[in-house]
Amino acid sequence: MSAGSPNTTLSLRSRRLALAPWLFLTPAILMFVIYVIAPIFQSIWVSFYEWDGLGDKVWVGFANYIELVDDDRFYTSLKNNFIWLVLYMLAVPAGLFIALFLNQKVPGMRLYKSLFFFPFVISQVVVGLVFSWFYDPSNGIIALIFAIWDGSPPAILADERFVTYGIIAAGLWPQVAYCMILYLTGLNNVSPDQIEAGWLDGAKGWRMLWYVVLPQLRPATFIAVVVTVIGALRSFDLISIMTQGGPYGSSNVLAYYMFETALSEYGYRMGYGAAIAVVLFLIMMVYIMVFLRRMYVQEKEGG
Amino acid sequence: MNFNLQAVLLGTALSVAASATAFAGELVINYDGSDPAPKKAFEMIIERFEAANPDIKVKWNIFDHEGYKTSVRNFLTADAPDVASWYAGNRMAPFVKAGLFEPVDDVWQANGLNEALASTASSMTIDGKKWGVPYTNYQWGIYYRKDIFAANGIAVPKTWAEFLAACATLKSTGVTPITIGTKYLWTAAGVFDYLNLRTNGYAVHNDLTAGKIKYTDPRIQKVFDHWEELVRPGYFIENHASMSWQEALAPMVQGKAAMYVMGNFAVAPLREAGLKEDQLDFFQFPLITAGIPMAEEAPTDTFHIPSKAKNKTDAKKFLAFLGSADIQTEANKILGQLPVNRNSQVSDDKFIQAGFKMLSNAAGLAQFYDRDAPAQMAKAGMEGFQEFMIKPDRRKAILKRLDKVQKKVYK
Repeated sequence: MSAGSPNTTLSLRSRRLALAPWLFLTPAILMFVIYVIAPIFQSIWVSFYEWDGLGDKVWVGFANYIELVDDDRFYTSLKNNFIWLVLYMLAVPAGLFIALFLNQKVPGMRLYKSLFFFPFVISQVVVGLVFSWFYDPSNGIIALIFAIWDGSPPAILADERFVTYGIIAAGLWPQVAYCMILYLTGLNNVSPDQIEAGWLDGAKGWRMLWYVVLPQLRPATFIAVVVTVIGALRSFDLISIMTQGGPYGSSNVLAYYMFETALSEYGYRMGYGAAIAVVLFLIMMVYIMVFLRRMYVQEKEGG
Repeated sequence: MNFNLQAVLLGTALSVAASATAFAGELVINYDGSDPAPKKAFEMIIERFEAANPDIKVKWNIFDHEGYKTSVRNFLTADAPDVASWYAGNRMAPFVKAGLFEPVDDVWQANGLNEALASTASSMTIDGKKWGVPYTNYQWGIYYRKDIFAANGIAVPKTWAEFLAACATLKSTGVTPITIGTKYLWTAAGVFDYLNLRTNGYAVHNDLTAGKIKYTDPRIQKVFDHWEELVRPGYFIENHASMSWQEALAPMVQGKAAMYVMGNFAVAPLREAGLKEDQLDFFQFPLITAGIPMAEEAPTDTFHIPSKAKNKTDAKKFLAFLGSADIQTEANKILGQLPVNRNSQVSDDKFIQAGFKMLSNAAGLAQFYDRDAPAQMAKAGMEGFQEFMIKPDRRKAILKRLDKVQKKVYK
């Protein structure tokens, strides 16, 4: 190399420069293709078959999707997914207000912050168990509260009217904590001079929050909304722990319904499960596209 | 999806198979009884088997009961053991249809099992062949608080009218007549099965689970008429959809409820919870339609030989051993259940005795709704039963929905 002309050295170096990123990217791309991209296409492919996971696959074309259109359980799940999506959004403002409240310099603040953050650290399984105990109509805390007024407590997890809301309430507990953390880090980056400037111009309270603080928190808000949407759509563990979709399927959501039809004790209809997965994927795709587009635009602007 | 994984597993299984032929005397058994009693019974069986066959070395894997239901599909296709436990009836149909189980008619033939295990022969038969050997079953029926019945002057009900009268009396004294926990659905299927067996008999149960009768059929409507006679007056415990079957035992132990339509496995936890022998007893589900012979529920547990087993010779020896009268006697003493072999002895526990007497005289043995019906139908059916028990007004819509599912399932 030392003997080479400056010209070849340069081209070699530039070639290396072009190659290096790909070298580093290869393992990640490979993993991503094997574990994310390929299964997506496999699922789409399986959704056109009737298959119990053991015998031969039988090509049925769109039959699984046609069945889906006529399936009451599917609509229940879709409706519940929508309720999840709307109510889960409460985690964003709730997280913001807790973050604002905790963003003070008081002795022992770290302890309070960790207490609020605690539900995010513990497993969803534990959250689900704890809330099912709260809701237990014979010994739960809700039952005890009702007992004060001699009322008979609702069996929240056994009543089709309340069950989805009961599970969402359990899910909001850790989700609020998650949003709070996002906002707390965001609040660290709010510039004090702008607050001071706003202060001098007479902004106070709500106006200060809306016009001065919130615009600076936009990145945090964006991430909080995205993780909450994804969290709502893939809600699975809480349902599995608390109700298994019951009573009679009334708390099902698409993610759990897919699992139930494809992989649970009474399921093993791989094609039908895959069809549900594809529908869920398409719904998620809307949000993923928005997210990706925004990332792309930001990257471009950021240079 | 896991077909890549399966291919990999299959590859390793094949290489293992190649090397395993060297140890012809090794027998691998997968078993799903991880609870103390089944585990102890299983260990006893193996100990006896090895003593009787010194040249065979048994290697066994015990799985968690629920986890087994998932793993069985993987290990049957990929790394099959020589013997695997499973259940009788339609529950084994997917594996039989996929060619994963080996027919074992020769084992039945050579060891006189056709006579000795006659009571379960039909539930072990698919397409005219027998696919495994049963070793235990247990009765279902009504477990009740003897002391509460006595305190209210209620005799053991023999007929539907007496049963309804007993429920009314209990309800008027503030005791919930029947406890049940339908959170995991199958308990409701037990009630449905018995109402159906008593209203219409064994043949209708089989035809319904085989998809030959609609759910809107007048005969099935009659079953729901009788069920309404229990649901409407509130004879079932409140909030049953929020309880598992174990949680629903508590009201009975506390004396808040008096009866439970259950399998014999409920006796052990009820005794552990403190119910004495003079408080707890059992009676056969009462007669509904006069003249219908009494068939009973008796879910049967079985062992099978996977078709990919490496050591089928010794596996057949094991199945024959398992079918024998004295092994079933010993094993079921430990299990607290009933032997299937008609020449076995039963333990002198009063519930086992009552169950043995009842099943010996049964007009037919049903496996259970979710073992006799295909999985997808069972799931939809049991959800429908639960919904009916909470919202009896929706009966028409529920039965129509079940017909729709049935049409799809049995094509």
